[in-house]
Amino acid sequence: MEKEMYEVRFHGRGGQGAVTAATILADAAFREGKDVQAFPIFGVERRGAPVAAFMRMDTKPIDLKTQIYEPDSIVVLDPTLLDVIDVTKGLKEGGKIIINSSKKASEFKFGKAKVYTIDATKIAVKHGLGTKTNPIVNTAILGAYSKAVGNVSIEAIEEAIGEKVPRKKEENKKAAREAYEVTRGE
Amino acid sequence: MAKITIRGNMATALGAKLCRPDVVPAYPITPSTLFPEKISEYIADGEMDAEMIRVESEHSAMSACIGASACGARVCTASASQGIALMSEMMFIAAGMRLPIVMAVGNRALSAPINIWCDHQDTISQRDTGWLQFYAEKNQEGLDLMIIAFKVCEDKRVLLPATVGIDAFVLTHTIEAVDVPDQKLVDEFLPKYKPELYLDPSKPMTFGSFGTPEFYQEFKYAQTKAIEKASEVIDEVFAEFKEKFGREYKKITPYKCEDADVIILTMGSMSGTARAAVNKMREEGKKVGCCKLTVYRPFPGKEIVDLTKNARVIAVLDRDISPGFGGALYGEVAAQFINESKHPLITNYIIGLGGRDVLIEDFEEIYDKSIDAVKKGRVEKPVEWIHLNKEVL
Repeated sequence: MEKEMYEVRFHGRGGQGAVTAATILADAAFREGKDVQAFPIFGVERRGAPVAAFMRMDTKPIDLKTQIYEPDSIVVLDPTLLDVIDVTKGLKEGGKIIINSSKKASEFKFGKAKVYTIDATKIAVKHGLGTKTNPIVNTAILGAYSKAVGNVSIEAIEEAIGEKVPRKKEENKKAAREAYEVTRGE
Repeated sequence: MAKITIRGNMATALGAKLCRPDVVPAYPITPSTLFPEKISEYIADGEMDAEMIRVESEHSAMSACIGASACGARVCTASASQGIALMSEMMFIAAGMRLPIVMAVGNRALSAPINIWCDHQDTISQRDTGWLQFYAEKNQEGLDLMIIAFKVCEDKRVLLPATVGIDAFVLTHTIEAVDVPDQKLVDEFLPKYKPELYLDPSKPMTFGSFGTPEFYQEFKYAQTKAIEKASEVIDEVFAEFKEKFGREYKKITPYKCEDADVIILTMGSMSGTARAAVNKMREEGKKVGCCKLTVYRPFPGKEIVDLTKNARVIAVLDRDISPGFGGALYGEVAAQFINESKHPLITNYIIGLGGRDVLIEDFEEIYDKSIDAVKKGRVEKPVEWIHLNKEVL
């Protein structure tokens, strides 16, 4: 019964757009016929502090209203968080981790988890998203998610960006697409 | 109809907008703040023709609601927790003056200690104000119940205010897919509010003035009769809503209860998790069902008895606490059975206070405790607290 349900946790810092990333991914999955939920960590968000956001999708209507404790995959928007928190907490066996980093995936080791890296910061800066010191990487990393995980299409993510991102819609779509192209799936 | 993904606060704000209120007095409070923000945005963007009154407190918000509603306007507002506590005095007056105001609530715990997360204490503690109370399981219900509440409240057999509760964060801040009804259909379902009696300088009259001992009790009797009548009106409106929009609502919705030994009674968002838990336990051969209470006032006592009387235990879950007694819902469910010759055992579980997550395991624990009562033939500890962290006690 749990098979079709898929849960994702996003790690970022307040102001980086982790909640928006969860929202866009949920909207994209919804466009492909899934039932969805997306929510922030319930509480008070501060700029710069570690935050988490969650996305749950299912081919059937979702009854469950609990928070997410054992995600199927994890998305890390800010690599500096890797030294601060255990981003793999609760990750299901064989789960996937997508990290915004200029390093190679092979440079990371998280048990049996399959790691993917994407230099989302570079892509965001290239497309003029945010500033060099504070780039908005959430759309680029979703492109990488789409390729790495493969359960939400890049086209649906582009559509969802068009709906949910208030500014620079085209630049955000291009960033997602570029990250999708350069990420190597399985 | 268009299906979109939105937060719970946005769902109740959209529901309010579709009802075309004339006046929206509101004071922001977590977790309901997005509601007044969205309403002011709709007005600024020309999508909504309403007067928004920015007030200095929730007490003033409800006062402004009362003034506007008494003048014949359709009025809504939003609040939560401490805001509702501060409104309390005026909530009694809104109901006593028989004004069909609708308030969207992000159900949140009360201080102290300060807590912004979900429980039902804020509206449960206002249960005797005379307001109708609805509780949503998901964002779709939040939107739909706003429309339903206006239709019920404005019915001249009722003329009372209502709260529509969506759980703090679990719904207010959670994105879900919501079917947004066409404005045209809502306009047909809920025509313009035309009260028979309202404040008008050319036809002077007074509302809520002095009620001496010769009349006060009759006022209260009439008000009580009206909320009892609302029970019937709610059924009619639910039926009409289903006809028009295709979604079915019941005051109490059973799930796998027909042959259940244990029936778990819930309100709000945990009702969804209850169904998921029932599905899991059914696969393990446990005879368990659950019932979701959507309407808390008027209290659907007869419906509860009819749906649960053949169970061996009713486990009543309260996301609230009446200190020195137990859960509010528990006391009321138990009272419904007092004159029945035969009835199930009734147990009470205090759960999910101040945003404590309500888990599938919690329902399994509740089932085990309930079955234990069946085996013993009695309830040793009627009120139990679920998921207590004993290390900090």
